[in-house]
Amino acid sequence: MNTVVCLKQVPDTETLIKINAEGTGIVTEGVKWVMSPYDEFAVEEALRQKEKAGAGSVTLVSLGPDRVIEAIRTALAMGADTAVHVNDPAFAAKADPYATATVLAAAIKDATYDAIFCGKQAMDDDAGQVASILGELLGLPVVTMVTKLEVSADKKTATVTREVEGGQAIIDVPLPAVLTAQKGLNEPRYASLPGIMKAKKKPVTVKTAADLGVSVEPMTIIKSMTLPPARQAGKKIEGDDSDAKAVALAKALHEEAKLI
Amino acid sequence: MDFEITQEQKMLVETAGDFAKNEFAPVAQELDRKEEYPMDIWKKASELGLIGAWIPEEYGGAGVGFFGNALITEQFAKIDLGISLIVAGTFGCEAIYWGGTEEQKKKYLPLVAQGKAISAGAFTEPDAGTDVAGARTRAVKDGNDYVINGSKMFITNGNVCKFMIALAITNPENEKKYSKHSLIIVESDRPGVTINKIHGKMGVRASNTSDISFEDVRVPRENLVGAKEGLGFYQAMQFFDTTRIMVSAQGVGLAQGALDKSIEYVKERKAFGAPIASFQITQQKIAEMAIRIEAARNLVYKSAHYLDKGEVDPILNAITKYYAGETAVFCANYAVELHGGYGYIDEYDVQRYYRDAKILQIYEGTKEAEVLTIARRLLA
Repeated sequence: MNTVVCLKQVPDTETLIKINAEGTGIVTEGVKWVMSPYDEFAVEEALRQKEKAGAGSVTLVSLGPDRVIEAIRTALAMGADTAVHVNDPAFAAKADPYATATVLAAAIKDATYDAIFCGKQAMDDDAGQVASILGELLGLPVVTMVTKLEVSADKKTATVTREVEGGQAIIDVPLPAVLTAQKGLNEPRYASLPGIMKAKKKPVTVKTAADLGVSVEPMTIIKSMTLPPARQAGKKIEGDDSDAKAVALAKALHEEAKLI
Repeated sequence: MDFEITQEQKMLVETAGDFAKNEFAPVAQELDRKEEYPMDIWKKASELGLIGAWIPEEYGGAGVGFFGNALITEQFAKIDLGISLIVAGTFGCEAIYWGGTEEQKKKYLPLVAQGKAISAGAFTEPDAGTDVAGARTRAVKDGNDYVINGSKMFITNGNVCKFMIALAITNPENEKKYSKHSLIIVESDRPGVTINKIHGKMGVRASNTSDISFEDVRVPRENLVGAKEGLGFYQAMQFFDTTRIMVSAQGVGLAQGALDKSIEYVKERKAFGAPIASFQITQQKIAEMAIRIEAARNLVYKSAHYLDKGEVDPILNAITKYYAGETAVFCANYAVELHGGYGYIDEYDVQRYYRDAKILQIYEGTKEAEVLTIARRLLA
């Protein structure tokens, strides 16, 4: 089974996020960067499918600056075979979901694959658009929020379980397809030490805009970015006895919180 | 001179750190209370190559050197010192690596590097700890065997090991005090080997510590480390020069863990209407912890770097071990003070860190022995 996995490097979820001076993005200095956690599920699934099939390869594709090589090496250490790192300053300020998907599509289009895996969304901007646009650009079906995947023996179709409100939907999809990984799909492995030592010898092809023959303009521009408002202090329910407190609580839940 | 660790080493740190956070943290308190060895975690860590990672690839390890091993140890000890001792699942094999024959290296190193066995180093005796050459266990030649009699004390991994590297007198007639001993590999299931678990340790309770007795234990002569008698004391010293760096990394890890927990706590805990982090007396403690940790870590990296180059400096190693132990005890102490009453109960990790830290001034060369090593060589 040959697969492509799209990777994004994002700030570690424990990072204290600060907004930059222009108010259009985050301060990137001092940030610890990691592979987006949903992309880890995607890498793991690609590895499992390859192992199950007993043959094939896992190719990583990632767009971003030099630092992205760290996420790529981590995925290679987990067991992926090769990687394409699209690294060009021309993309730096323009990488909205459409531009990103266009670049990834250009990097992927000549590859042979049975499926493309992405995380269901990036952990930083939560846009969740790249995979769908990528599918559109490559003319492939897209199934999002996948929690289970069974590939047919001939690798022509897959039976996919995806989450829907209050339950799950089971979908048959022809391959190749773009599939996005939801939590629950699998438990990502640790990069083993032999894996880490092998990763440095695995090939990573670096490509620029010129190499890919694409020049993209973003379709969206971030006008401003702000942090969520500080959490308000909790409210203490007052009352002379438990009956009075219960009445006050019910009132607050109904009128203020509008929960009941 | 380059202070940057490599990309592989960074990934190693990440894997080891994630592993400890996910696997150690949920069970650390329970294993401490029950004095239970984390066999499942050892197995899992072995599968990832985290145990015996220092062993070269040709002998089945990941080949990250003692520097890489120190990085793993630090990450592990940051979460729990007791469980971190799974890294010492290769204990004793460092002596085989330095002084064993090629056959011995090929036979024993892959076992511990690939999760097939845990080993132990049986040096200390009831009446001989720091005084290594005072060990009285006797190995007498009998045909193609040695027959071993004696007892060992405070042996890490005693009950969980498949084999141990034991220090025994083979040449009592030798006039030189330091040329009477040899190291011999003893499988733990040989008749005459009795191993008892030691209960009631103050700290590192998830690690296994035993007393061992040998009663007419027969082992073949091929088990003599390096196939030459009389080298045991020197092999043991070289062994300790290696494992001291691992223990120093334990100190840095524990101290860093204590600092991390303290920083988290002082930002949240309020007194007199403000987080205690805003008080200068708290800031002083946090800063002093950080200062010592940075210094200790640099010492560990330097010692490990030279060890991997094969340039062992006993003074540097002794300084490193001494200072890392001091740093761990110092930081664990401050961590408890910063946590106040909460730091005194075992619901909070720093209580365990406080109990665990003390061993770092005792095992792998007491702090007094380190001082002796440093002073004697400087004044010689």
